[in-house]
Amino acid sequence: MEANIAVNSDNKETWSGGTAKPFGASYGKMMMWFFIVSDALTFSGFLAAYGLTRFKFIDSWPIADEVFTHFPGLHGVHAPMYYVALMTFILIVSSVTMVLAVDAGHKMQQKKVAWYMFATIIFGIIFVGSQAWEWKNFIGGSYGAVKTTDNQILQFVKDGHQIALADFVHTERQDERVQHVRQNGLWFEDEPTVANYSVAQVQEAFKQDPSLQIRIQKLNPETKQKVVLSREESLVKLLTAKQVVEGANLHVNEYGNPIFADFFFFITGFHGFHVFSGIIINIIIFFNVVLGTYEKRGHYEMVEKVGLYWHFVDLVWVFVFTFFYLV
Amino acid sequence: MSHAHESNTKRIYVVLAILTIITTVEVALGIVKPAALHLHGVGTSWLNWIFIILTLVKAYYIAWAFMHLEGEKTWFRRAIVWTAVFLISYLLFIILFEGDYLNNTLAPLVKW
Repeated sequence: MEANIAVNSDNKETWSGGTAKPFGASYGKMMMWFFIVSDALTFSGFLAAYGLTRFKFIDSWPIADEVFTHFPGLHGVHAPMYYVALMTFILIVSSVTMVLAVDAGHKMQQKKVAWYMFATIIFGIIFVGSQAWEWKNFIGGSYGAVKTTDNQILQFVKDGHQIALADFVHTERQDERVQHVRQNGLWFEDEPTVANYSVAQVQEAFKQDPSLQIRIQKLNPETKQKVVLSREESLVKLLTAKQVVEGANLHVNEYGNPIFADFFFFITGFHGFHVFSGIIINIIIFFNVVLGTYEKRGHYEMVEKVGLYWHFVDLVWVFVFTFFYLV
Repeated sequence: MSHAHESNTKRIYVVLAILTIITTVEVALGIVKPAALHLHGVGTSWLNWIFIILTLVKAYYIAWAFMHLEGEKTWFRRAIVWTAVFLISYLLFIILFEGDYLNNTLAPLVKW
């Protein structure tokens, strides 16, 4: 029981006897730190696994600023990195309001602690919302591509810039393929989303426009850009297409290696879940502050402890940001 | 709680400014990608080295200022930081070498 109480009112706060706290830290704060160390190792494991995979496919890994190019309100504008920079800034600001809450707690200013906690919660919610939007764009995709029989992704290029399927496939679909839905099923079956275009349709449209070329997954080590095939090579390569890919899921994505999307979903998802738990914990502590629990207790150490967790989430994001978006 | 009554507000805002400037620099470099930094380097590009070093600087400020490691007892801080740094370095060393080996072995087998 005593383990749950950071500092007792009868001054027997020293774990279980004695007069000095080990390392001058309360039990709760020390355990929060040790939890953070172990959680940091978990995230390191994930990011290291991402690193291994990236090194394994170093000659064909997707280029991040060609993948994350959206910004709210700017449709069709190529805006790499701006949005994730904004998200990073929002999380840093939420860390600042959190540390200001801790600071106000040291001075026993209940109202200030409450307001700063409130601000932290709001910024946290904005961050999670932004992440959801980022996922939405990633899952929806922006250009579309085709997958070949040997599981390579082919993207389309016109005048040196990637072009969306919708911008050059204008013919009618010939195969009469429609989405199979449950209400038409003999049994209760449905199927994954059918792509907007058939493979034959894409091949036909590609043949008709001589200015189109194909970009393969392989990177040119000299320029660090994806290799673009000549028109003749492109036509031959496109014959091996077997599936039209729009957007991303765990099996296939239009940006390249399937495992790139898998790691993106898993690591940002795991981080987003940490942010979500942080928001819930912050809300609980916020209500305790408002109700005066810590005012009665005589100190705001609980705010300090959730603050540690919240800063840790920010710390992890700094690394996720670097290794997914920058490097 | 040994720092119970001193205010760190000024330090907090200074750290906010530092973190914002570093992030801005990172994003600007990430968008511009100067060829001299992007296409040359030892091990990886100079640009990647800059990103990694700036990230570690940011991590230092978050841990020391926001998480208040600078105010903890020396050996408490070391118990946390040295443990994590040692284990993570070891993990990265082994795993990234393995990734490089996989690439050397498997990449020649891929027909583009």
